[in-house]
Formats: sequence, C-alpha cells, structure tokens
Amino acid sequence: MTRVASTGGLLGATGRWGLAVLDDLGRFSILVARTFQVMGRRGFPIRETIRQFETVTVRSSTIVLITALFTGMVLALQTASALGRFGAKPYTGSFVGLAFVLELGPVLTALVVAGRVGAGISAELGAMTVSEQVDAIRALGADPVQKLVLPRMLATTLGLPMLTMLANLLGILGGLLIATQAGIAANFYYQSVVGVVTLSDLISGLVKTLAFGWILSMVACYQGLSTTGGTVGVGRATTRTVVVSSIAVLVSDFFLTKLIMLF
Amino acid sequence: MMGSESAQDGVALIELSGVVKTFGDNHVLRGVDLEIRRGEIFTLLGGSGTGKSVMLKHMVGLLRPDEGSIRIDGRDVVGYAERDWVEVRKRVAYVFQGAALFDSLSVKENIAYGLREHLSLSEQGISERVAECLSAVGLGGIELRMPAELSGGMRKRVGVARGIALEPEAILYDEPTTGLDPANARRIGELIVALRARLDVTSVVVTHDLDLCFSISDRVALLGAGCLLAIGTPEEIRASDLPEVREFLTGDLDADKDLWSGADDDVRAAARSGGE
Repeated sequence: MTRVASTGGLLGATGRWGLAVLDDLGRFSILVARTFQVMGRRGFPIRETIRQFETVTVRSSTIVLITALFTGMVLALQTASALGRFGAKPYTGSFVGLAFVLELGPVLTALVVAGRVGAGISAELGAMTVSEQVDAIRALGADPVQKLVLPRMLATTLGLPMLTMLANLLGILGGLLIATQAGIAANFYYQSVVGVVTLSDLISGLVKTLAFGWILSMVACYQGLSTTGGTVGVGRATTRTVVVSSIAVLVSDFFLTKLIMLF
Repeated sequence: MMGSESAQDGVALIELSGVVKTFGDNHVLRGVDLEIRRGEIFTLLGGSGTGKSVMLKHMVGLLRPDEGSIRIDGRDVVGYAERDWVEVRKRVAYVFQGAALFDSLSVKENIAYGLREHLSLSEQGISERVAECLSAVGLGGIELRMPAELSGGMRKRVGVARGIALEPEAILYDEPTTGLDPANARRIGELIVALRARLDVTSVVVTHDLDLCFSISDRVALLGAGCLLAIGTPEEIRASDLPEVREFLTGDLDADKDLWSGADDDVRAAARSGGE
C-alpha cells in the first residue's frame, strides 16, 4: 500500500483512512472475482456446501423463528391500536402481511443471519487464517477460495431466502395471534393478508435476500481471510463483519427496493 | 518422481538467488542466495524474527519475493500464478510450525486432503495410504480422532504424515520441534532422518533448536538480519569463528532476540496480508 507516513494531522489521517478503505475495497473485489472464477472448476466441495447450508438454515431457524414470531406479534399489537384510532383496525392483517413480506422478513432475517452466520464464518475463517490452516490448504495444492469461500457464499445466498420464507410465515402467524385477541376474526385476518399481498411482493422480498445473503457471506469471508494479529484479530474481524454486513444490508436494501420498484 | 539415484545427489532442487522480501518498513530478506541439493537435509538456523519461515514460505509460493529469482528443479517459479504453483506443491510438502491441521476434519481426512484433491484413489486406497503415512510417523490407529484430541507432539507428527501423503520429493519443516518436550523433539529429529532414508526425500528444516540442527543436518546455514551469515557442514558451522555465528551458538543472539517474542507474529501477520 502507498504510504502517507510523513503527513501528520487531520489531512494525513483522512488520507490514510481513504487509502485503507480503497485497499480493502480492492482486495474485496479480487475475492469476489476469484469466487466467481472458481465456481465451475473441478473439485467442487459439495460436502462442505451441504454442511454450510445446514448451518445457515437448520441451525439458524430457531433464532429466526423467535425473532419473526415476536416481531409479528408486536407489530400487530401496535398496528391494531394505531389503525384503530381512525377506524381501520380490520386492515391489520394486510399491514402486517405487507410489512413482513416486503421488508421485515428479508431485513430482519438478514440481520439475524449476519449476527449468527456471518460472525460464525468470519470467526472460523479468521481462526483458520491465524493458525495457518488457510496457508495449509494452499500448500496442499488446493484453493482456499474454492474450498472455503465458495461453499459459504452459496449456502448463505441460497439459504437466506428459505429462512426468510419461514420468517414471513411466522411473522404473519404472530400477527394472527394478537389480531384475534384484538377482536379480528382469524378467517378475516387471513383473507386480508392474502387479498393484499401479491406473489410479486413475495418475490421482490426474496430477491433482495439473495443479494443480502451474497453480500454478508462475502463480507464475512473477506474479513475472516484477512484476519491478522492472532486471537485478538479474530475478535476484531468478527465484530467488523457484523457491523459492516449489517450496514451493507440496510443500505443495499434501500437501493435494491428502489431498483425493484422500477420494474 | 523421486530423485532417483546418487547421480542426482548434489544437484540443486531449490535455488534462491538475490531474494528480497519487505513487509512495510520491515526488510525481512535482503538478498538471499541459497541452493538446496537433492536428497540432503538442510537446516536453516536463525533467531526469532530473522525471516527463516518467510524464506521457507517462498519455496512453495506461500509468499512471493519482491526481487530475486527462485528456481525449483531448474524452473523459474517467480512469475507463477497461484494455479501454476499447484504442480510444485504436489512435489514439495510444507509442514507448518503449529501443524495447521484442519480442526473440522478427522486425522484421516487431514492426511487424505491432498490425496482427494490430486489423485483419484478409491476409498480403500485412501484408507491404506493414510494408514501407511501414520505408521511412517509412528502413529497407528488414530485415523478417526479429531486434531483437538491430540497432544502437541502427535499433532506435529500428523502434520508430517499429511506432508508425506503425496510422496513429495522435498519436505519443508517450519520449526518442527518448537513447543515440544526434549523427548518429543528428539523423536521428530529421528523422524526427519528416517523419512529421508525411507522416501529419499530432500528436507529443509527451519529451526533455532541447535540440538536438532547438529544431530540431523548435512548442511547448515545461519540467517541473521535478512542475510545468510554462514553456510556449511555442521562441523564447519560449529568451528566458525565469525562473531555472529559464535554469538548465535553460545545463545547471546537468541536470548537477545527472544525479548522480541512478538516479532515473529508481526512478520507472519504482515506476510499474510501481503501474501498474494
């Protein structure tokens, strides 16, 4: 990296920060390109991909389930009371349904997965990096991008939409539990959900989760593989993964939504 | 595949010339010239943070030099892309300091890793080869154990077993006795010699363990401050009257350097971030 050591003060600090960010972006782009490159190569790690897929989906389902259920419940509670102020309480089901399918399901699931799976990936790859296991893969004539990054990227990208569907279902179900207590008939709630939420709503939400899963798994892999400085470094990489991928999910959500609305 | 007869003895398998490597401000290698002859046990001595491991990593492309040339079997490998190195890495095994066993895989799968990657052996063929490699390092019947269940000495030996699985022409050992008790350290030394006899393999050993160095080596080089200070047979090194060599052998230099126990880590960290 180019050095700006002699420049002190704010200007120097800003310059160094800028260069560090560019350096990171460059390395990240190289990792992204390399991951696409190794996709069709011989020796695809099918077993590892399945193992990772299980980690992303089965082992994350409990926390996703609980998050979605309670968010759906509290959303229905607030919505029923708020809409009730202008006599629109019957629309609670439509509101909860739309909110979950369009935004809450995809984003909440992505954030939970960033915290659970993303942190796990970067801790594991970080520990492997500092204990030279990543170098060992290279020294054995194999490619760490193919063996480690590709399976995690595929598993997260494909697993996140599945988890999101579960979250959508549980969230709407949570809303139902509360709605019935607020005097809305279950059947009416159901009708008000399916009558408003369209297939394209559902798909637009799920398409976003493909992007979220890809982004957060690549961020996690990148942070893990660029870990330096022993166990302290692993902690740092893990924290950075959760922060960066959460921000990336929220920011990209806005732009992806804008983009999807064009169609 | 193996360096066949004595006719080939004395021919350079690995040749470094003018190799320079810098990490930020840290000039780790300042122009190293070295040749490793086929079939010999070559030991690279040096205090912590003198760039021994960095040099070893250049020999399998885990690090790339800033300047200089590296020849393996007469072929210049400096311009090699990561994929080109695969052929070299099948022939030159690297045994890591901390063994670097894959935590998530059993001992068997660790040893089978290279076999599955490069050969199309049957499941039974793999099992047989793994058992052979384990018995070569004096460990039998631990195929199904996980690395976390092994002692430090066993991990190192499994690391060696993984290294020999592809029947390499050369094995590079990074600090093979560090962190081991004297008995285990001696065992590793004996293992290195035994493997040479058994597989006719060229061995490069990076260490600061003088007992190991003088008990197994055909030739020894002392690395200090990024340059080779001395090179010769163990007897020549022992008899050297160069002040740096005397200091190292009597322990002055090493003791001094050990105050910098973090230096090695820094180099490794820098190595990794600048590795590719």
